[in-house]
Amino acid sequence: MRMLFPGDAEAEPGGVRGVHLCRKIQHDPRERMSRKTLKCLLGVDEGSRANRKVVVGHRPCPSNEEIIPPKFCDNRIVSSKYTVWNFLPKNLFEQFRRIANFYFLIIFLVQVIVDTPTSPVTSGLPLFFVITVTAIKQGYEDWLRHKADNEVNKYKVTVLVDGKRIESESEKIKVGDIVEVKENETFPCDLILLQSHRDDDTCFVTTASLDGESNHKTHYTVPNIESDLESLTATIECEQPQSDLYKFVGRMDIYKDSQEPIFRSLGPENLLLKGATLKNTKMIYGVAVYTGMETKMALNYQGKSQKRSAVEKSINAFLLIYLFILVSKALVCTTLKYVWQSKPGQDEPWYNEKTQRERETNLYLKMFTDFLSFMVLFNFIIPVSMYVTVEMQKFLGSFFITWDKDFFDPEIKEGALVNTSDLNEELGQVEYVFTDKTGTLTQNNMEFIECCIDGFQYKYRDACDELDGFSVTDGPVNKVQQKAGREKEDQFLRALCLCHTVQVKESAEQDGLADQVDGSILDEASSQEERGFIASSPDEIALVKGAMRYGFTFLGLESKTLKILNRKKEVEKYELLHVLNFDPVRRRMSVIIKDTSGETFLFCKGADSSIFPRVKQEEVEKIRMHVERNATEGYRTLCVASKRLSPEEFAQVDEELKEARLALQDREEKLMAVYNQVETEMTLIGATAVEDRLQEEAAETMEALQGAGMKVWVLTGDKMETAKSTCYACRLFQRNTELLELTLRTLEDRGRSREERLHELLLEYHKKAVQDAPPVKGGIARSWSGANHDYGFIIDGASLSLMLKSSSASKPNSYESLFLQICQNCTAVLCCRMAPLQKAQIVKMVKNSKGSPITLSIGDGANDVSMILEAHVGIGIKGKEGRQAVRNSDYAIPKLKHLKKLLLAHGHLYYVRIAHLVQYFFYKNLCFILPQFLYQFFCGYSQQPLYDAAYLTMYNICFTSMPILAYSLLEQHISIDDLLENATLYRDVAKNAMLQWWPFLYWTVLGVFQGLLFFFGVRCLFSNPALQDNGQVFGNWSYGTIVFTVLVFTVTLKLALDTRHWTWINHFVIWGSLAFYVFFSFFWGGIIWPFIRHQRLYFVFANMLGSVSAWLVIILLILLSLLPEILFAVFRKNHGSHARQTSTVTPLTYKHPREHNHQPGLDGQH
Amino acid sequence: MKEEGNYANRPSNTAFTQQRLPAWQPMLSAGVVIPGFLLIGLAFIGIGVGLLITSRSIQVLELDYTGTETSSPCYQCTMSNQSNCVCKLSFSIGTLFKGPVFFYYGLTNYFQNQRKYGVSKDFNQLIGDVSYFKSPSSDCQPYQRVNGKPIVPCGAIANSMFNDTFKLYQIINGKEELVPFDGKGIAWWTDYNIKYRNPDYTPLKNAFNDTEKPVFWTKPAYELDTSDASNNGFINQDFLVWMRRAALPNFRKLYRRITEGNYKDGLPAGNYSLEISYNYPVISFEGTKKVTFSNVSWMGGQNEFLGIAYLVIGSMCVVMSVVMLIVYAKFRFPEED
Repeated sequence: MRMLFPGDAEAEPGGVRGVHLCRKIQHDPRERMSRKTLKCLLGVDEGSRANRKVVVGHRPCPSNEEIIPPKFCDNRIVSSKYTVWNFLPKNLFEQFRRIANFYFLIIFLVQVIVDTPTSPVTSGLPLFFVITVTAIKQGYEDWLRHKADNEVNKYKVTVLVDGKRIESESEKIKVGDIVEVKENETFPCDLILLQSHRDDDTCFVTTASLDGESNHKTHYTVPNIESDLESLTATIECEQPQSDLYKFVGRMDIYKDSQEPIFRSLGPENLLLKGATLKNTKMIYGVAVYTGMETKMALNYQGKSQKRSAVEKSINAFLLIYLFILVSKALVCTTLKYVWQSKPGQDEPWYNEKTQRERETNLYLKMFTDFLSFMVLFNFIIPVSMYVTVEMQKFLGSFFITWDKDFFDPEIKEGALVNTSDLNEELGQVEYVFTDKTGTLTQNNMEFIECCIDGFQYKYRDACDELDGFSVTDGPVNKVQQKAGREKEDQFLRALCLCHTVQVKESAEQDGLADQVDGSILDEASSQEERGFIASSPDEIALVKGAMRYGFTFLGLESKTLKILNRKKEVEKYELLHVLNFDPVRRRMSVIIKDTSGETFLFCKGADSSIFPRVKQEEVEKIRMHVERNATEGYRTLCVASKRLSPEEFAQVDEELKEARLALQDREEKLMAVYNQVETEMTLIGATAVEDRLQEEAAETMEALQGAGMKVWVLTGDKMETAKSTCYACRLFQRNTELLELTLRTLEDRGRSREERLHELLLEYHKKAVQDAPPVKGGIARSWSGANHDYGFIIDGASLSLMLKSSSASKPNSYESLFLQICQNCTAVLCCRMAPLQKAQIVKMVKNSKGSPITLSIGDGANDVSMILEAHVGIGIKGKEGRQAVRNSDYAIPKLKHLKKLLLAHGHLYYVRIAHLVQYFFYKNLCFILPQFLYQFFCGYSQQPLYDAAYLTMYNICFTSMPILAYSLLEQHISIDDLLENATLYRDVAKNAMLQWWPFLYWTVLGVFQGLLFFFGVRCLFSNPALQDNGQVFGNWSYGTIVFTVLVFTVTLKLALDTRHWTWINHFVIWGSLAFYVFFSFFWGGIIWPFIRHQRLYFVFANMLGSVSAWLVIILLILLSLLPEILFAVFRKNHGSHARQTSTVTPLTYKHPREHNHQPGLDGQH
Repeated sequence: MKEEGNYANRPSNTAFTQQRLPAWQPMLSAGVVIPGFLLIGLAFIGIGVGLLITSRSIQVLELDYTGTETSSPCYQCTMSNQSNCVCKLSFSIGTLFKGPVFFYYGLTNYFQNQRKYGVSKDFNQLIGDVSYFKSPSSDCQPYQRVNGKPIVPCGAIANSMFNDTFKLYQIINGKEELVPFDGKGIAWWTDYNIKYRNPDYTPLKNAFNDTEKPVFWTKPAYELDTSDASNNGFINQDFLVWMRRAALPNFRKLYRRITEGNYKDGLPAGNYSLEISYNYPVISFEGTKKVTFSNVSWMGGQNEFLGIAYLVIGSMCVVMSVVMLIVYAKFRFPEED
């Protein structure tokens, strides 16, 4: 029984081999399970709850066992969070879980309950605004999710009910329903294949959107069941849903009239997974076994948890500090108040007596209410409006991503998509990039590039010459003038045409002759000659097509006869005698054929390392050169060899093969031995180079990302060889990169247990890459010698799980940390053969490693969803493999190349913008509230506000909000072009550089400095409150207004100083805000407002402007506040990084390099 | 790529959406900052010198009359609770005190900026809305009602109105000559003309029927200045001055101006006697009372802070520009190697 799932499937997570094995068992009657063993396996005896029982077609079966139809979940996919009914309470609850919102709610309640200096409106209104805006935003996002869910759930399907075909919706499928699926449709739930339209009881599917493997996989119907599904009475017993895509154990009991039920074992080869697509099969019927959230696809998703950006975490940390400041301020004031009041005559002077009730109030209650009042008075220090502005900035800022025309892809006619605007700034903080391979790095579109026949290079002309290429009938275009002999060419091409397992697509006419692997139409110009091919590997198709370009066309396989059309347009027929299948250990495959003249040939193709030792050595050298050159160029190379078999030889081989195939024990080994024996002493006839076409600018993008200091990891479900060559092509691995391999192959090299070997290898690699590596900041001489020692790490899924398992069992985390340390010292890491959840596991491991780096996952298929969800930032590519990734991503872009601009330009800018926004907000509220705090020392700690209520409310909402919002949307401290050109600039903001404690301290000190200045500057002025030339005096509101005026101008001008990129909007908003402040103050104090009880500010502002001294003090204080800032800016400019300098060089400085520092500040327009 | 224009969902190619708005990119380089600092510094020094000279030219005479010292002529008034205590303060002026002379009274340790004190008034009463005379705002507590009758004007501020009165005599040949005080224009014009209004009653007294004067007051509001109807009730200048709360606990408020008669050009040198009717209690909260004679300039009363601050900052700017110049002269050259 263990054979069914060899190595617990961890050893072979790839489906292909598992399927092969299963098929073998299927065909072998001796291995058919007895009911007892199955029961044992399924654990039926231990308790039937471990299994689920499905009644096929809901037809009651004449079983003596009573079956209570259990309840299964319906086939709905739910990714949304809210419903119409629970939206309000759930959303409010979630919002008030945020500490800031909760805090504001408390403040609001305090204001309502306690007699406080400011009205509840001042904090209630902004809070209401914040909550509403957020609720609308989240509601809208959830509505989008609902829409996407509906698209899937309302998908039209056909269900068989009592033999009738009934149109239904996907969500209504129940476990046990028989579902009809047509070609190119995706399976709506996990189905057991009952019937296929194909004759051979198989169907082809691609699981590209599940695990990224885009080849066709063969699945089999349950053997020997009635063709009439209507009369089929059967139950299926299978395991409870689990997430492993490649594991499935089940049993089908078929009841025929009054007979003992017949048992059929079910394996993964019978299971069609939701999300996979039916290919090359007109129609199938299957019975639903897992539905909705219990499908393997859904189980491979992780819950979409709320992602929080690092900036938000910083905000919360700062918030706590400010909360602390706030509480201490309130405590200080309360304490001092009671200390001060204890002096005689201060508590209740005759001019300000207390009411009877106040006198009678309990002292401690009074203290407490005083404390709360101070809290309310100073609560503006924690800016409620910051959250509004941050939300707005994120929401509006994300439009720049959707608007960016560079992200527009004319092919799919779409631009970028932003699903979560919460993470914009995280794009500027990425340290690890996890990328999928298939469809992300590569187009998954193999193309024949060149071949080498007998040492001569044949390069196919570029696509633009395609017509010419085909019209040249006398052979391949030969770049090198010499050619191999015609005969050798023909032999090579014949080998390409014959040595494969490609099938010609049957429905080629319907599909516009598209081939099935990439699903798109290639080579339209030559569609007459073009055929659709199906193969388990896209390389084979590329080779067959390559041969076709040179004049040899594969026509198909009919009853063991291969037909090819040769260059002279003659049909050649070959009898296919044996196929020596490909396997990853041999790394080659062969066919044995017989031509019409009766001669028998063996054609073999495979990796150079597996072919070269098996051919005559004198031929190797001239081809090896080509192969190596091709390999370094990132092409996938294969060598082709042939061998003529004499009738005697063939007879012997034939005999041995047949014998081996019938072997009961060690069949694999025996077959292998025969293969190895026959594949010797071949003649090397040539080599091919196939390109898995990379996505546009994939290599440049990867290079830019690495230049920006990001570590790129490739996580793929694909084979190691393929993935490795892609890494080379993307320049993730360079030619001098030393590869550290931790794969099944390296683990199994010796006779010891895998665990031992793993331990040994890990230590060895660790020594190599970590301990012996030169220190990062080594001397120049050292780095010259050590620089060429790049390491690349390769690990596969099985080794990974082995590693994780061993580390959790024996030495906790030691392997994991070794692994992470090695990886950190590698330029690139390749993880192949990864199941979707393993990808997420890797991401999680890195995410939680030391320093908790920011991770980004990018992928295009459903198999990437879990890692997209796991990473800090998930990017979906709007690829060909459906929209699962896009739906679950935070950002979706059409192509990989867009990642560069998304991170280097948008991410960087967003980060700088929001970091500045956050710091600025805390700063401006600190210097807003500090004078109010200081004023308490001069007003008997009576909670007298320094500023009028209108100013208190409007400060953050109107007077100072717009400039920073405009800044945070438009600022480009470095131009986008420079950011793209110079990837290293990205490192400047790495590790949340602008929100570390030092910058925070700087801003805080600045805020304190300015706050002190504002208050005491005006305090000195008011030592004589007669400030007008008519001798009249100013009162407390004039005091507050002068401070406030200085404040508004200073914080706005401070922002103006920080603005490096003045668009007309910035001008408008900055000067407009100041003008608005002046205008508002005039109006606010210029009219007796009927709805206001105290006309406190009546003409205060106008009188202030009538005083020269007030003007002078305002100018003085603004300048003095900004003085250090200006000095600092000058200092920073001249000692800043050179990169920044060169990027902002103005023409004048270019002309006068000597006047490096004398830049034309005011006309430096780019 | 013209055909791309056909795509409906293609992002629009505007400067704004592509973040390519033309922008001015100022640089705070030394080339701007050094001359800028120099200019600002020089300007500030200029202003500072002007301010300081102006401030120094302002004459100020300050006299404390709290009476805590036994030697003080007002000492006796602090002893007993007698009303209408009058004390006389003598002083002399050496040179002409240039006019117009402003006469301030000052209080210390007096918290007019207390929050509860500050809100303790009924603005509706003060704009002459008689309906609020009967039911003053609850903000006025405990100065809302007395003996069941509503107080008009209610509240702590009005109640605690400063009620010391002053008469200034110049002693010429042993005879006291009254220096005429001008009580007009000591409050803000807008307070007097717009913000505060008397009820539209003639005589004004009728509006105050069934109301009580503030407890501390000796006279009801409609008798604050019986001689001048336009200075009576809520638009009494002294009342208005008092109602404008001081910013700090040590403050001065304008009491009178000396603009008339022989004293139009100022107070000539000589001996003066200030007759104070001492009513306002400050000892209980350790406050002091004082009077100040001062003339004003374009910058208001005397305040050396501004001038000094301008001078200091101006010099700082100049020094910094020089330092920067030296720094750049020194360090620019090695950079070019």
